[in-house]
Amino acid sequence: MASVTIDHVTKEYSTSGRPAVSDVSLAIAEGEFIVLVGPSGCGKSTLLRMVAGLEKITDGEVRIGDRRVNEVDPADRDIAMVFQNYALYPHMTVRKNMGYGLKNRRLPKAEIEKRVAEAASILQLDEYLDRRPRELSGGQRQRVAMGRAIVREPACFLFDEPLSNLDAKLRVEMRGEIKQLQRRLGTTSIYVTHDQLEAMTLADRLVVLNKGEVEQIGAPLDVYRSPASTFVASFIGSPAMSLLNAASDGSALRIGDVVVASGAGLAAGPVTLGVRAEDFILAPTSGGFAMQVSYVEELGAGRLVHGAVQGQMLTLSISADHPMTDELIIAIDPARLHLFDASSGKRITPRRETAEA
Amino acid sequence: MMETTSSNLEVEARAGGRRTPLLSQRRFWRSVGDHTVLWLGVLFMLAPVLLAFLTSTHDAVTIHRDGLQFLPGDHFGETYEAVLFGATGFTGKATGLVMTFNSMVLGIGFAVGKIVISMMAAYAIVYFRIPFATLAFWVIFTTLLLPLEVRILPSYEIVQKMGLLNSYTGLILPLIASATGTFFFRQFFKSVPDELLEAARIDGAGPFKFFVDILVPMSKTMIAAIFIIMFVFGWNQYLWPTLITTDEGYYTLVRGIKQIIQVWVGANIPEYGQAMALAILAMLPPILVVVVFQRWFIKGLTESDK
Ligand SMILES: Nc1ncnc2c1ncn2[C@@H]1O[C@H](COP(=O)(O)OP(=O)(O)O)[C@@H](O)[C@H]1O
Ligand SMILES: [Mg+2]
Repeated sequence: MASVTIDHVTKEYSTSGRPAVSDVSLAIAEGEFIVLVGPSGCGKSTLLRMVAGLEKITDGEVRIGDRRVNEVDPADRDIAMVFQNYALYPHMTVRKNMGYGLKNRRLPKAEIEKRVAEAASILQLDEYLDRRPRELSGGQRQRVAMGRAIVREPACFLFDEPLSNLDAKLRVEMRGEIKQLQRRLGTTSIYVTHDQLEAMTLADRLVVLNKGEVEQIGAPLDVYRSPASTFVASFIGSPAMSLLNAASDGSALRIGDVVVASGAGLAAGPVTLGVRAEDFILAPTSGGFAMQVSYVEELGAGRLVHGAVQGQMLTLSISADHPMTDELIIAIDPARLHLFDASSGKRITPRRETAEA
Repeated sequence: MMETTSSNLEVEARAGGRRTPLLSQRRFWRSVGDHTVLWLGVLFMLAPVLLAFLTSTHDAVTIHRDGLQFLPGDHFGETYEAVLFGATGFTGKATGLVMTFNSMVLGIGFAVGKIVISMMAAYAIVYFRIPFATLAFWVIFTTLLLPLEVRILPSYEIVQKMGLLNSYTGLILPLIASATGTFFFRQFFKSVPDELLEAARIDGAGPFKFFVDILVPMSKTMIAAIFIIMFVFGWNQYLWPTLITTDEGYYTLVRGIKQIIQVWVGANIPEYGQAMALAILAMLPPILVVVVFQRWFIKGLTESDK
């Protein structure tokens, strides 16, 4: 167990193009579960692989514990990695797969046996120790890959989308297991995923990446409740937050010519208004506006209603009992709306006091 | 082949709603047709071998007088004993057994040598950042266009200057560079996921360990396939051994066959029966290799995993 520090790290694959990872800094505490999340191609894997030592660091420094590891071999960094395709050695049995790294480190046979047996029992793989990877199901292979990481007793686990090759049900199951296992072992972990739900459920802290840059770092709920930018707002949470082009005149916030909220404290001009699907109020007593329903997704427990206000698309979630009509009168919970700068997409916090001045 | 036709028919039948008698009749005749074609093919391929074997069980006089024999004769034991243990040539060193051994050495040495060299070459090309690796590969690849016969004189000269004439080393070493092998191993290595190398790096396996512990065992199927091809290729070499070895102790089976026919001097009748017997013997080991390794090979293919 150790802390991991990523200090102004940049990765350029070619000197000409945009860097794949650009000036990322992150201090990971001992035992913390960090999830790097972002769309495909945003540089999550690249960042993880720089920590693993599989990719050269163009600029900046990575420290594991107090040790600078930029020039250290992957095998000597005291990390273990779980790959998306598991990368098990196809010709070796489960036992050998798990023990291979230990054998290379010249651990005594008895110690290897012991650690493999322990990991196997934690992961319920005891019966499969003498099988080859191809004789295992996807979930079992995934476990073996985890086992191979566990037996090393590393300072840090690195996961690169370890669940994306599993079917949906198994993914949820394994997600729970990984979380429990990490709690139990208390090993610092960095986990890469493009799945925001996986990220939300697993993370102690989320790191949202966009085009190689950090958009936001924070606990899952903080990120969900106050996304730092329109990018984070639309990426984290499902359904995605509705983002509407609005305009403020200093007193009211309008979409087209419909007043949707108070604009107090806002400078006059265009602004992006964000509302989560659950933060709309249905059939309010006053201040409602009309939404034309375009289609409804039945989710069983509730409904997602997609529609338009003044030609702009938005999504709200309502109870399945609510009668459906072609037009709904809705309002926005003023405490729960999000405002973003119309051009930069950064979050704006309206300051009501100064607005009076 | 049978399977595809029958399943096509089933589809047709289902599409038609029910299986009409006409259809099952057609299916029957089609299957008869297929089998006839296959059997004709088998006969066509096997007839010469069968003929050679049947002829080899007659004595030389019968063969000389009546030509190829279509029925078994009564000289089986005699002929084969003479071939295996009797000596041909002048010095008496080249018995059938010795020649079989030599052919084995050539076939196995050839195949193993080619596999080792080409695997290492492919490993270097695929996994190491060497300058001009691609160029190097294509240069190796173009040597495919230059068969041994084209460079046989310079090759001979080198072997001769190195003093390797009449030695197994001289027979094998100059031939073990293999563009074909390098090409196939390169393609195979390229299909191995990068993550495997990365996992091995994290597991503390250096370049040598990764090769020996992971790549080589994973290439079993490929090795078996190349072994089959190269063994047969080496076994059947004729021109090269003829040039490099003059000592009869190094004669191979393929050369021995010719040797038997060649003793036709004066009133001697060449030992046709023995030549046929030797040809049959010369065929057996390659067949064995193909059968054994093919099973391995197919097993590897069906259990394919990377
Ligand atoms: N080996 C490489 N060479 C050149 N560019 C690469 C390489 N690996 C990744 N990239 C580029 O770096 C960016 C980030 O890739 P990656 O870290 O794999 O994204 P993610 O894992 O978030 O999907 C992508 O634009 C990708 O094209
Ligand atoms: Mg990735």
